[in-house]
Amino acid sequence: MALDSKIPEGSISDKWTNYKDHINLVNPANKRNLDVIIVGTGLAGGSAAATLAELGYNVKAFCFQDSPRRAHSIAAQGGINAAKNYQGDGDSTFRLFYDTVKGGDYRAREANVHRLAEVSGNIIDQCVAQGVPLAREYGGLLDNRSFGGTLVSRTFYAKGQTGQQLLLGAYSAMNRQIGRGKIKMHNRHEMLDLVVVDGKARGIIARNLVTGEIERHSAHAVVIASGGYGNVFFLSTNAMGSNATAAWKIHKKGAFFANPCYTQIHPTCIPVSGDHQSKLTLMSESLRNDGRIWVPAKLEDAKAIREGKKKPTDLYEAERDYYLERRYPAFGNLVPRDVASRAAKERCDAGFGVNKTGEAVYLDFAAAIQRYGKEQVYVKGLDANDAELVIKLGTAVVANKYGNLFQMYDKIVDENPYKTPMMIYPAVHYTMGGTWVDYNLQTTIPGCFSIGESNFSDHGANRLGASALMQGLADGYFVLPYTIGDYLAPDIKMGTISTDLPEFIAAEKAVKDQIEKFINNKGTHSVDYFHKKLGKIMWDKVGMARNEKGLNEAIVEIAALREEFYKDVKVPGTDKGFNQELEKATRVADFLELGELFAKDALHRNESCGGHFREEYATEEGEAQRDDENFAYVAAWEYKGKPSDAVLHKEALVFDNVKLVQRSYK
Amino acid sequence: MAQCQSTFDFRLYGFQTKNMKLILKIWRQKNAATEGKIVEYPIDHIEPDMSFLEMLDILNDELIMKGDEPVAFDHDCREGICGMCSLYINGEAHGPDKGITTCQLHMRMFKDGDTIFIEPFRAKAFPVIKDLVVDRSSFDRIQHAGGFISVNTSGNTIDANTIPINKKDADDAFDAAACIGCGACVASCKNSSAMLFVAAKVSQYALLPQGRIEATDRVLNMVSQMDAEGFGNCTNTGACEVECPKGISLENIARMNREYLSASLKG
Amino acid sequence: MAKSALLKSSIAKKVAMALSGLFLMLFLAQHFFINMTSVFSENTFNSISHFMGNNPLVQFVIQPVLIAGVVFHFIMGIVLDFKNRAARPIAYAKNNGAANSSWASRNMIVTGAVIFAFLGLHFYDFWFPEMIYKYVDVSPLDETRYFHEMTAKFESPVRTGLYCLSFVLLALHLWHGFSSSFQSVGARRVSLGTQKLGYAFAIIIPFGFIFIALFHHFNH
Repeated sequence: MALDSKIPEGSISDKWTNYKDHINLVNPANKRNLDVIIVGTGLAGGSAAATLAELGYNVKAFCFQDSPRRAHSIAAQGGINAAKNYQGDGDSTFRLFYDTVKGGDYRAREANVHRLAEVSGNIIDQCVAQGVPLAREYGGLLDNRSFGGTLVSRTFYAKGQTGQQLLLGAYSAMNRQIGRGKIKMHNRHEMLDLVVVDGKARGIIARNLVTGEIERHSAHAVVIASGGYGNVFFLSTNAMGSNATAAWKIHKKGAFFANPCYTQIHPTCIPVSGDHQSKLTLMSESLRNDGRIWVPAKLEDAKAIREGKKKPTDLYEAERDYYLERRYPAFGNLVPRDVASRAAKERCDAGFGVNKTGEAVYLDFAAAIQRYGKEQVYVKGLDANDAELVIKLGTAVVANKYGNLFQMYDKIVDENPYKTPMMIYPAVHYTMGGTWVDYNLQTTIPGCFSIGESNFSDHGANRLGASALMQGLADGYFVLPYTIGDYLAPDIKMGTISTDLPEFIAAEKAVKDQIEKFINNKGTHSVDYFHKKLGKIMWDKVGMARNEKGLNEAIVEIAALREEFYKDVKVPGTDKGFNQELEKATRVADFLELGELFAKDALHRNESCGGHFREEYATEEGEAQRDDENFAYVAAWEYKGKPSDAVLHKEALVFDNVKLVQRSYK
Repeated sequence: MAQCQSTFDFRLYGFQTKNMKLILKIWRQKNAATEGKIVEYPIDHIEPDMSFLEMLDILNDELIMKGDEPVAFDHDCREGICGMCSLYINGEAHGPDKGITTCQLHMRMFKDGDTIFIEPFRAKAFPVIKDLVVDRSSFDRIQHAGGFISVNTSGNTIDANTIPINKKDADDAFDAAACIGCGACVASCKNSSAMLFVAAKVSQYALLPQGRIEATDRVLNMVSQMDAEGFGNCTNTGACEVECPKGISLENIARMNREYLSASLKG
Repeated sequence: MAKSALLKSSIAKKVAMALSGLFLMLFLAQHFFINMTSVFSENTFNSISHFMGNNPLVQFVIQPVLIAGVVFHFIMGIVLDFKNRAARPIAYAKNNGAANSSWASRNMIVTGAVIFAFLGLHFYDFWFPEMIYKYVDVSPLDETRYFHEMTAKFESPVRTGLYCLSFVLLALHLWHGFSSSFQSVGARRVSLGTQKLGYAFAIIIPFGFIFIALFHHFNH
């Protein structure tokens, strides 16, 4: 099967307009006769549900949480990009498009990214109209901040809770439609399979997580908005419940899975504190604006610190290695996420790690406190030689900028980051890979769409900060509502789809069989045991730096672990009623397959790009080396019974508007 | 952790720290239809650096290995923003620390040998689903009644900078909007009142020009739904504000009272 | 929304509680000032008491409104307390209310009930005899009797003790009730100024009453 990305004709800036002018529309009276299922209610799913309902479709939305308001989009801190050019600093749709393609290390589809940049401004208008309290200046107009990888100030924000505020905006739009009866909300429900009738997606099988009932739901189209698969690593900044089941089930029913190896590892997370660790906490990238990253220059000092014999503040400047400033003098501590993460790993692997696990580096604000303190002393005309006063005033400035993050760190680590450097380490954060979709956001199964983080389309091999929120809302509010109409137009006379079709019965039986198997399996280990083991294989061999040998080992180990899992997993309780262990079991079963495909994809991509770093493909200085000649394509995998048999399909990436260059931050 | 026959024997790192021994008194309830009771569980090998929920993970793992049913509790983001986690710990919503959710509570807040009571958030409007998991859909229904601005999501709205908004109002609206809908206000209130939750949403919109247009209907409808859900009345004890992980101010309740009075006079 | 629904709403009920409470506080303040005159001048106290006891506006308009206010505040308080208890059918096995709220705010129903019981005693001591004197026996006007009637009641140490105890509980009731009533009617910036004013009111007025009682107990 050849991949058809269905990119419209015309120049890059006209494609979306032309497309919208020529698609099929469904008249308002007919929309009432069409049902759409949406799985996941984060920024993408929530905004899509609200918009489709408002247009007149009957929406059935599903989320595993107890309310749509809890989707993990809520945890995004920093902001949302939009090419509004409110600051008059030369921003434009083209620049946002260009920065995003470049930031993605030239592995994204140009037409999709340009469309994203085009609608970015509408998102801000929409959210403000909805009452999202974005930050404002004293004059009453919207404020912006700047983020990594760009030269303009285009990031809109709401303190450190931008994701929360945008999600609550989408949630409020959903509430309006739920109140009107246009969205039928199914909280605490998990999609466990897709139902395909005559080659088209026509429904899902879902488990009611409260009653345990297996339910059949039909619709004329199914939209997957279930987020990313970062939890394949067990430890990540994702929520505990974030899972890949919906995305993986559609993959097994025929949707190709693209670029699974593109994973973003975020450099500023709070390090693991012990075996008990259940998840990792991210601290905003903005900290790197003022914090300096270092490890001890001498191995014996690092050892002494690990053993608690020395404190970081005991080391003189000359005894510290500010390795980012040393290696990348031009960008210093502000290199992109992937570069900063790999550099931290390199130092820790060499034995310079500073916490008891040996996997942490320092993020130090002492210099910033001094700098701001001195500035304040001059501004206020006070004594510049009073060291205590300088520290006091400098601390106040830092507290004003990052107070909530410092407090969060203090609560978790129990150390005062104003007095001693913070410890940080990279952690899995976001997955750029996902279901392959065409320009219409439709997967290779007709009628099955994939939006937000769950698709692969806009971020290439690396996502820039503040772009995830933009993509989720763009897909849900402004793209899918057009493209799905084009697909649904021929179905207006179809009427309600029966859930008694043999396809529904078969899918339901398969789901019930799997659940029964788990419940009756009298194994000896809990689900978490296997999930942690999978996570360790992934982190060690398919993590920040990968090589052929490790990847080959990982593929074998994951397959073996999967076999062990089915033989030896223990799921207590029954399938009736609320059973959180059963929920975990069905999710981990899918991670155990996805992890293998992930490693297989990483093994086949013989280059380093963005979030994918192969040790064999690096420059002499240890930097990532792309191979545009052979790998400027999207790797879309077709399921063939098991991950090892997956078949590769390539979508060639054509760059007409952006010139490919090697990224350099020296 | 050496003696612990659980999956937590599987070590990512293999280092040692100090242990705490605790007695847990946990509310166990099979489902909404059956009665529940407090059950005692001794637990060992707890480290001060663990989060409270990680401590419960360990307990659950031990229970599974023993063939018992693990304790059901709600949680998701584990970084204090999704509002999914709850728990009434030693007589306080989200436990003894202030300004945090249960997932941000760490075991260093307790002493070796402590007895810890763990109960669900209790209110008629928050029925128990299982053990420590409660049904907070009453909060959603209040939002359906008016927690929105009726603007179409088509994107054909006016430019975001057309209406400037006073920074103070924008900041106050943000502070009200910081509510995570966890229900700690209801759980802490001796009357199980949801006023702080409802007031936060009403305030957010009341402070913004976009929200003023529907202000009258919004406050009347949301309060009416709140009453219908069976929450108690506010008697201004202020417990909600103290226990709120996001520090939502009582000022919002006064604002809602004001909004409600003027809306009723108009309506 | 219909007006009938408004009357049933939780906010309307709390506003009614607040308004009746504010009205009673106003009454309390004037009662306090009149009583205070007894410490300084027997004649002033007698003449004001005579005016209050015989002015038709006070007797036939303000007095019934006041009694209605007391009864309303009391009944509404009980109704709300029942409703609020019903909002949590299963109590916590362990509850640490002191961690987040004052004792006074959590026990308004207790302090309120004691105050109501005290009002019974107060009526028995003063109001019933007064009503009988004026309207049943139709005794002659006597502008000088009030001071002596009052001081006579404060001779008993038991009654004086009960009186003082009741006012301590009134202080606790006001400690929360004053600022709470402003919050309920939606006053702006309730938090700081109003709260301090409320604490001052809750201390000065009840302890002033206690002072007057003790003053007469030890001086007569």
